[in-house]
Amino acid sequence: MNVPSRGTYSGGFAWAMARDLRLAWRHPDEIILTLAFFALVASLFPLGIGAEPQLLARIGPGVIWVGALLAAFLALPGIFAADFADGSLEQMSLSPHPPLGWAAGKIAAHWIISGLPLTLMSPLIGLQYGLTADTLLVEAVSLALGTPILSLLGGACAALALGARGGGMLLALLALPLFVPVLIFGAGAAEAQATGLAPTPHLSLLGAALIAALVGVPAAVVAAVRISVD
Amino acid sequence: MNWFYFSSPSTFYGLAGRLAPWFFALAAVTAAWGLYLGLLVAPTDAQQGEVYRVIFIHVPTAWMSMFLYFVMACYCALTLIFNTRLSAMMARAIAPTGALFTALALWTGSFWGKPTWGTYWVWDARLTSELVLLFLYFGFIALSNAFEDPRRGDRAAALLAIIGVVNLPIIYFSVQWWNTLHQGSSVSFKGTSMHVTMLTGMLVMSFSAWMYAAGAALVRVRSIILERERRAQWVRDLRGA
Repeated sequence: MNVPSRGTYSGGFAWAMARDLRLAWRHPDEIILTLAFFALVASLFPLGIGAEPQLLARIGPGVIWVGALLAAFLALPGIFAADFADGSLEQMSLSPHPPLGWAAGKIAAHWIISGLPLTLMSPLIGLQYGLTADTLLVEAVSLALGTPILSLLGGACAALALGARGGGMLLALLALPLFVPVLIFGAGAAEAQATGLAPTPHLSLLGAALIAALVGVPAAVVAAVRISVD
Repeated sequence: MNWFYFSSPSTFYGLAGRLAPWFFALAAVTAAWGLYLGLLVAPTDAQQGEVYRVIFIHVPTAWMSMFLYFVMACYCALTLIFNTRLSAMMARAIAPTGALFTALALWTGSFWGKPTWGTYWVWDARLTSELVLLFLYFGFIALSNAFEDPRRGDRAAALLAIIGVVNLPIIYFSVQWWNTLHQGSSVSFKGTSMHVTMLTGMLVMSFSAWMYAAGAALVRVRSIILERERRAQWVRDLRGA
């Protein structure tokens, strides 16, 4: 007998993550565009500021972080906007799975298709800036810790801005100020490594912020989705 | 006594109209007293000379910028928890005054920074987090006005304001947590390292800024109430009277 099962957190999480990943897999252009944007922004700085190797090595960690942050920001509407427009989001909130589960799953999927590729690509960009191997490693570690926070905070803002006038500019005004601390500690870690200081204090703070965001922000995302759906 | 009597926009409209002039009067009197103390009575600072007198505007506006955000976030919490209407209107009414005080704190701070630090702006933790506060106010105002349905804007902006509360302790403790160019706090609950007239002047000016904020918020909430309730019978009656 096929009894409709009760919803669970893990069930909703796995279902939403698998669904969003499958959608992204079928339209890989979104990931490619995000990465292309990242590479483009990072290439504009040497052309605009000047290409002396010392200067590039000096600004590299920060520029890479800003580029990754902007690319992650531009990918934000992808979390909820399409599902909001075609009514899937409403159907999901009617599903037996608790929203905390599937909302977290959607954000996890979003990180896998935006933050993770950006992190993996950062060493390649770093080479263009002549960063040393250990700086590249610290940069990638700080991005690995920092981009999930961007996806979480940005997910809450993207859910709040669903159906609002002013679209992208409004989302920028909401999300970018909240990204500031992540940028400071993330770029700070790579910069400390590049100038011969220990990156661990920055990385520890970033890790602490990630844990706090993992605990606190999904609830805010759920509240924001509820406000947009009803 | 019914504590919820004034939680209805129609009754609060009248109360706000009666209270606002008193707040403005208190603000004017205390501002005159505070400026007299600050500009004429308080002694010249041993290190900074006369320049330090910007403290009588800078510190009150900076305190108010954080305090008003906190008050606004409390109203926002009421909005989300109890689904009340007036609290959301109060939060909307406070936001522009909060943004004004934040901008004034940044502006007076940079005028103070030029002669004492030699620069209008540094990217230290205190200044950056205060700038983020300004953008949080802007984001709140923009989000609350971004929807056709004002209730939707109320609730979305309320959640944003509550998320942004994280920034307040960062601003407040930034001078202790980081090695900033901005000086540490001279006033604490344990005592002060300032001359007593300076402290009195600063506290009087802070009270004045507080009273001004209350008066301005009440005047603004009256126009928000009228706009929202324009189809209600009591507003039509108001027009007839």
